[in-house]
Amino acid sequence: MAWNHADQSDESELMSHQIISPLPGIFYRKPGPGKEPYVNEGDMISAGQTIGLVEIMKQFSEVRAEFDGVLEKFEIDDFGVVNPGDVIAITS
Amino acid sequence: MAFDILEPGLSTTVQDQGRIGYYRFGIPQGGSMDQYSATLANRLVGNTAREAVLECTYIGPKLVTTSDAVIAVTGAPVDVFVNGELVPEYERLELLAGDELKFGVIKGGTKYFIAVHGGIDVPEVLGSRSTYPIGAIGGVEGRALAAGDLVPVGAAIDNGLPVLQSIEVDDRPAFSKDVTVRVMLGLYDHLLSHAGLDSLLNSEWILTPVADRMGLRYSGPGVEWKEREQPFGAGQDPSNIVDAGYAVGSIQIPGGTQPIILHRDAVSGGGYAMVATVISADMDLVARCSPGTKTHFVAVTMEQALAARRANTVQAARIWS
Repeated sequence: MAWNHADQSDESELMSHQIISPLPGIFYRKPGPGKEPYVNEGDMISAGQTIGLVEIMKQFSEVRAEFDGVLEKFEIDDFGVVNPGDVIAITS
Repeated sequence: MAFDILEPGLSTTVQDQGRIGYYRFGIPQGGSMDQYSATLANRLVGNTAREAVLECTYIGPKLVTTSDAVIAVTGAPVDVFVNGELVPEYERLELLAGDELKFGVIKGGTKYFIAVHGGIDVPEVLGSRSTYPIGAIGGVEGRALAAGDLVPVGAAIDNGLPVLQSIEVDDRPAFSKDVTVRVMLGLYDHLLSHAGLDSLLNSEWILTPVADRMGLRYSGPGVEWKEREQPFGAGQDPSNIVDAGYAVGSIQIPGGTQPIILHRDAVSGGGYAMVATVISADMDLVARCSPGTKTHFVAVTMEQALAARRANTVQAARIWS
């Protein structure tokens, strides 16, 4: 799933994008216990790259970036609860 | 005529009014989790209430219709797009061959329904087209839709399209994050201590993300059981009983911590005490709840439960009149 929305609320941040969760559930930054996070703040990411998982109904859905850029900030903590439409991360 | 599935969504299944009459063999009734919303969609497109629809969970499919099609989307609030253009929910839509249907991010609730004139025409299994993924029966090959599926749509129905074009706001279901669910106590409420029963009925329970067509799990203060010597054949935990049949809508509390409401695809029996049962009139309400919903359980009598069922039947009849 890739539901990035261009954030055009601020002209100076025209190039920043939000990675939005289309699902409710639990957000995970790692593919499994004891594994390294998919991506860390400040890392370069490319379109289609997985940045985390959302667990709902015993299913794990990958959250992917839609654009190339830098992952500036996670808005949801590892193991945090997300609702549909919540911003998971900001990229630029 | 068919829907060509480009993207399947999270868990899109064919559902109808359910597979009634096989519960005693362990086959659950299944069917649309929110029957009222599904029937609204069927009503708008000129079907009967019996035609099968697509039940979409959180993320709907992206599909292209291979022929002209009359459709409607009802249930949880969501933006609906035809060829990228926003179109209304709860309204009849006329698609042309090649038109693409897709959805935005769900804005509340859990499930929305796509009805099409003629109905989704997969083969009936044990009298129903409902998908039961655990048993791998019904729907498309007994599973949720997958990319590349061609989902067959039935032939036009003789009675044509209704005058009704859209569902009035007052007739649409609500999607609240704070609900009161009516239950009848039993069959095993006598195993709860006084404090345990008080906790069940007077606490706030929060729906967790562990919720699907089989059951919905709630977090809260937990409950306390009476001390007793477990009977032969029951497990050692006080929430265990000698195996028994589960009524649809049963509430069990494994370990006494997190209540689970068994819904349409749940198992038909097992070894957990059913402390209460959600009345049939409130099963759609439970299905509409998204994770985080504050839930209170209130006990009602059989007379009140039957009155609530009649009220639902009257409301449904109003839609079809």
